[in-house]
Amino acid sequence: MRRPRGRKPNQETRLRKGRTMKRAGIQRIEAAYLVKDRPDFHIGDTVDVGVRIMEGDKERVQVFTGVVIARRGHGAPETFSVRRIVAGEGVERTWPLHCPAVSFIRVVRSGRVRRAKLTYLRKRVGKATRLVEERRELGEAGAAGAPEGAGATAAEAT
Amino acid sequence: MPAILGRKLGMTSAFDDKGRQVPVTVIEAGPCQVLQVKTPAADGYAAVQLGFAEKPARVTTRPLAGHFKKSGATPKRFVREYRTGDASRYQPGQAVTVAEFEGVPLVDVIGVTKGRGFAGVMKRHRFGGQPASHGTERKHRSSGSIGEGAGIPGRAVRRGKRMAGHMGRERRTAERLKVLKIDAEANLLVVRGSVPGPNGGYVMVRGARKAGPPKA
Repeated sequence: MRRPRGRKPNQETRLRKGRTMKRAGIQRIEAAYLVKDRPDFHIGDTVDVGVRIMEGDKERVQVFTGVVIARRGHGAPETFSVRRIVAGEGVERTWPLHCPAVSFIRVVRSGRVRRAKLTYLRKRVGKATRLVEERRELGEAGAAGAPEGAGATAAEAT
Repeated sequence: MPAILGRKLGMTSAFDDKGRQVPVTVIEAGPCQVLQVKTPAADGYAAVQLGFAEKPARVTTRPLAGHFKKSGATPKRFVREYRTGDASRYQPGQAVTVAEFEGVPLVDVIGVTKGRGFAGVMKRHRFGGQPASHGTERKHRSSGSIGEGAGIPGRAVRRGKRMAGHMGRERRTAERLKVLKIDAEANLLVVRGSVPGPNGGYVMVRGARKAGPPKA
């Protein structure tokens, strides 16, 4: 039987579900660096991120709370970005998911979103930054109110 | 200094003891077989010839098949020589594994860079190109003048003038890369930084030839 013209697909790196499968050897090396107890969190979730900070020779954990607006990559280099409003100013921080300086990630709330990247939140202020969730989801603006944002109005009942 | 042939698997991240993210390349290094040991007496120079990656006997040419057979090795896709004074510790047919790199702090990785085809002068030589506006027409990525008319050198364009042309697919050596990990069981070598060539490209790894601090 004749195969269609062109290069034979490489079985090791063939695309799978839209992702390049990393070669087994790389995965084996990465395994040593993966942090196993990272929770399963998604874009739109509000999370507490515990960041280890060295002050002099003492270590302390600072918590950064905000909405996850992006996750990119997979395996050891995967990163996630969290956005929050500090003193009226938008602050975004990005960490490698498996960074040892991130001591914990806690999901505070999960939000219903329809995008993979929530960059549109940057243009929004106050109430408009809230995300819908099971019951009413409050964004970083904090005020309670009717569900809105992300163009989705149907809140999922718990 | 040891040498081995292998294949670049790709890059990923690691974290060092201070928690900093470090770019690393994973190389499948060996196992190789020694195909021939060259001696000054017989060949005029001292070297070991290594082979890596199996290939079916049916695609091996007769002359090459004979060469492989002489050392008792199986046919290999990637064959390279490594010049070394102490070739005496190698025997034809002997296996070479990453384990030999145990305790080697720095390595050189030799590979063939990705081919870029016929590349313009901006990509190939990092020229600045021409202005985007102010009357520039269809010459935004071209070089400027290439010479001043046939005068003293007797030629309009001087020798060595950098121009557009084929880029990439050349042998390059990444020198003094730090060895971060050796996984003898899976024949893996992890090195800090990047390595020439595409993922899956064949490379040669040898103990660093020049002294000096690690690159990056």
